[in-house]
Amino acid sequence: MSEEEDDIILSELDDEELVQQMFDDLYDGLKEEIEEGVNILLERGWAPYKVLTEALVGGMTIVGNDFRDGILFVPEVLLAANAMKGGMAILKPLLAETGAPRMGAMVIGTVKGDIHDIGKNLVSMMMEGAGFEVVDLGINNPVENYLEALEEHKPDILGMSALLTTTMPYMKVVIDTMVEQGIRDDYVVLVGGAPLNEEFGKAIGANAYCRDAAVAVETAKQFVARKHNQGVATV
Amino acid sequence: MTNALSRLLETRDWLMADGATGTNLFNMGLSSGDAPELWNTEHPDRIRTLYKSAVDAGSDIFLTNSFGGNASRLKLHDAQHRARELSRISAELGREVADASGRVVVVAGSVGPTGEIFAPMGPLTHEVAVEIFHEQAEGLKEGGADVLWLETISAPEEYRAAAEAFALAGMPWCGTMSFDTAGRTMMGVTSADMVDMVEALPNPPVAFGANCGVGASDLLRTVLGFAAQGTERPIIAKGNAGIPKYHDGHIHYDGTPELMAEYAVMARDCGATIIGGCCGTMPEHLEKMHEALSTRPRGPRPTLDEIAEKLGGFSSAADGTGEDDGPKRQRRGRRRG
Repeated sequence: MSEEEDDIILSELDDEELVQQMFDDLYDGLKEEIEEGVNILLERGWAPYKVLTEALVGGMTIVGNDFRDGILFVPEVLLAANAMKGGMAILKPLLAETGAPRMGAMVIGTVKGDIHDIGKNLVSMMMEGAGFEVVDLGINNPVENYLEALEEHKPDILGMSALLTTTMPYMKVVIDTMVEQGIRDDYVVLVGGAPLNEEFGKAIGANAYCRDAAVAVETAKQFVARKHNQGVATV
Repeated sequence: MTNALSRLLETRDWLMADGATGTNLFNMGLSSGDAPELWNTEHPDRIRTLYKSAVDAGSDIFLTNSFGGNASRLKLHDAQHRARELSRISAELGREVADASGRVVVVAGSVGPTGEIFAPMGPLTHEVAVEIFHEQAEGLKEGGADVLWLETISAPEEYRAAAEAFALAGMPWCGTMSFDTAGRTMMGVTSADMVDMVEALPNPPVAFGANCGVGASDLLRTVLGFAAQGTERPIIAKGNAGIPKYHDGHIHYDGTPELMAEYAVMARDCGATIIGGCCGTMPEHLEKMHEALSTRPRGPRPTLDEIAEKLGGFSSAADGTGEDDGPKRQRRGRRRG
């Protein structure tokens, strides 16, 4: 890093360079710089949705990949998500005004009997960072809470978390109830938590097990894209 | 220092700690979602039974039923005002069992994480964390704990806050972190980082190490990482009994007593002085571990390949230490310095 390169004036960068710089700034969790970058792109006439997908979501994808690959860890990801949030706060009202398509929505909660929430909170933050709307039900949720939230918010995705071997079987109770009520196929069900694995996810009838928050975001994107391709409207 | 643990460490070259608390209590009828600490007053007989099962299996050290006994965790059960009381009673019950054992058994006052993320990203400030840990430490001290035992920590900030609180309580302590993410803690701490952090504390622990995490193999790789730093401080290894598996609606840990015996001997060869189990480690595992540690000779420090061969593969290729410290991102790296 040479001296003359220390000061970057964001407004002097062309669009492509600015987006690249925003990727780095997201990576470094620089909230003010991200807010500045978002405003510059908007002033240059970028549509809010383009700012969201190309600059912010693009940058968070790099953060997510490096988190998945064990290059970044939770503190850095939280900082990045916080910077993303700063950008989102500017974009949110504009996105609503312009009727931009939604990335998707998720209802998430830790299952009944389980009081752990750090992993779930991380997934919420990363999903928001990827542009999803997230309804967080908190900890210790009986099946009724999930069903009510699905009814009320009509999300694309239901996420369930458990940290205990004694509580993870409850995920099956929720999925079985959804099957009984004939609503299972209306939602993508993603499950996660330290003691889970892919085999377990399959055994209980979830769409996928997500090893960590980064995988959850990637999996959510894939399923929502598939859903859109099938012409199922979610807006 | 004149505490029971330091005295034992002067005369013995290995000590056995205990196994699982949660797994054992669930087997005794604890419902998931309930706070195990409430059993200290509701079912003191069962807590004594838990402690005694570890002592009978040969443990030199057992941890009190106070892992979630801090105000931050108890708040989830609307019992935040009982942190000091429940911690004290967990240690009093431990004192009874240890003193009745007829030998020196260390009562280690368990202190688990607050479950909160530190400021600025989360709500927990250093001052509040110290206060929370101090309250619990005073309770455990009143109840007669020989040492305090911090465990399953991910954030260095939290480890430091607990150390400060233990100094306020004037208690000797041990502290382990949980290395469950590509060989690091969830917050990215490597085994080498932890040694540096521990040695920089004004009141370093009597012993430090790793607990819980992914499986026995990963845990031993972490112990090797500690030892590679050339630390003189006793190392603690408290690994899970394998990895949880789901079969026909039930969960069980796949680590057999024989595998845990192998793990215990290898942990000692890796450089650990205090060896125990964590989740899934039952009295029958402890018995086999104790037998192996008592009867089998020490061997050379095992290689990673030997660990993988005997205990199973690792969860990640690298653990962030040594020359192969994992991939790095190519940065543009021109930000204002």
